[in-house]
Amino acid sequence: MSSPPSLVVEGLAFAYPDGHQALYGVDLTVGRGERVAVLGPNGAGKTTLVLHLNGILTGGRGRVEVAGLPVAKTNLAEIRRRVGIVFQDPDDQLFMPTVREDVAFGPANLGLRGPELADRIEEALALVGMAGYADRPPHHLSYGQRRRVAVATVLAMRPEILVLDEPSSNLDPASRRELADILLALPVTILMVTHDLPYALQLCPRAVILDDGVIVRDAPTYDLLCDDATMAAHRLELPFGFDPRTVARPTG
Amino acid sequence: MSGGHTHQLYVEHETLVHRLPPQCKLIAVLTFVIAVVSTPRSAVWPYAVYAGALAAVAVLARIPAPLILRRMVVEVPFVVFALLLPVISRGPRVDVLGVSMSESGLAAAGILLAKGTLGVVASILLAATTRPRDLLLGLQHLRMPQLLVQIMTFMFRYVEVVLAEMGRMRVARESRGFRARNLGQLRVLAHSAGALFIRCFERGERVHLAMLSRGYSGRLPTLDGAQARSTDWAVAACLPAAAVLASAAAWFAVGR
Repeated sequence: MSSPPSLVVEGLAFAYPDGHQALYGVDLTVGRGERVAVLGPNGAGKTTLVLHLNGILTGGRGRVEVAGLPVAKTNLAEIRRRVGIVFQDPDDQLFMPTVREDVAFGPANLGLRGPELADRIEEALALVGMAGYADRPPHHLSYGQRRRVAVATVLAMRPEILVLDEPSSNLDPASRRELADILLALPVTILMVTHDLPYALQLCPRAVILDDGVIVRDAPTYDLLCDDATMAAHRLELPFGFDPRTVARPTG
Repeated sequence: MSGGHTHQLYVEHETLVHRLPPQCKLIAVLTFVIAVVSTPRSAVWPYAVYAGALAAVAVLARIPAPLILRRMVVEVPFVVFALLLPVISRGPRVDVLGVSMSESGLAAAGILLAKGTLGVVASILLAATTRPRDLLLGLQHLRMPQLLVQIMTFMFRYVEVVLAEMGRMRVARESRGFRARNLGQLRVLAHSAGALFIRCFERGERVHLAMLSRGYSGRLPTLDGAQARSTDWAVAACLPAAAVLASAAAWFAVGR
């Protein structure tokens, strides 16, 4: 491969200051343009892993590389540009008074100003279908719209990899599908942490299971969801009435 | 929560007053209030000038009088205090509608009410013609410390989120049969307040995390901070100029 993978995690271990060990050596490589789901029960270490990807949490063992650049104190600014994290609650992510300012926050921190900044804002909002909402205050948007703007706020930084924490939570079915359409059309690498297994199947050809601080399975999402023994062993359950075998096997 | 583009206090119009840069309006209102407050004790006529000036601004900004009157409700606690003054003050007494009142207290109450009301109306006009967002930009232009501007920015953004959270907690309490009937139940409300505080604190931590993730380094980037031209300052100066002149003239009259 000519360009380095979007994300390399090697032997990542981490214990919180209170002694609670959350990660016991995580290995994960995500190639450019891949869409990977991270599955696992509550308390498996998913959030801890996410916070390591852009250097919010550091100090454990192992290493993280984003498109060839190691996550280290000296290049945090560039790492945070390359890794766009969309947090679960859009009210946490959208903290500025208007949508425009919020989308501008990241690129402005990167030093962009004037027309260049305006272009970035327009481009990012257009990608999530929210172009007409730049001057709205975030609290006047619907929950689904806020989630989409939250995605735009990190797209505006032109990230190497988009990391989504529970992207489908609290969305009604229509907003859920709209977000899926948007994510499928984005030309970026995606790492998606979720409990929503049908959503993982729809969006991510590949999935990994994180349990007790290690990656225990790494396989095509379709195969994983059809593997009843593995699913049961890691407290993963499909919603009532959903059988992946009745869904057309994804191609590619 | 209002459904539209704007905030509750803001009245959408395209007028000269609305278009003025926020920093000019802030300084104008501040100067106006200082002039009003420093009116000499014995003078009465300057208040007519002040009220006239505010009325002119209201007409220019097309803010209807009933709306201003309705919003003046915030002044009520202050009015109650002012009304007590003539009753509790000492000195020569006069009979008003059969009630004995202190003469000096009556005068003090009248002046206090007049000054307070003028300040409130000036603030109402400012809020009705300036979006909260623009007020923050104005403060930033006026070199208000970054930290304070940031705190106010977040307050403006999250006040409705916190209110919604508070509302949900109230619904949850009442759904389980709770009704605040006597002081003994204050304990429950105190617990709710504590829980709300912790939730806000945790949200603050999550927001900070989200900010760091997008490269926050201590400064909020600002956009389209319109520079005020000297003509803007000149237009905005009309209101405080009238007030300052009236106040100064009153002092001059007292001095002679």
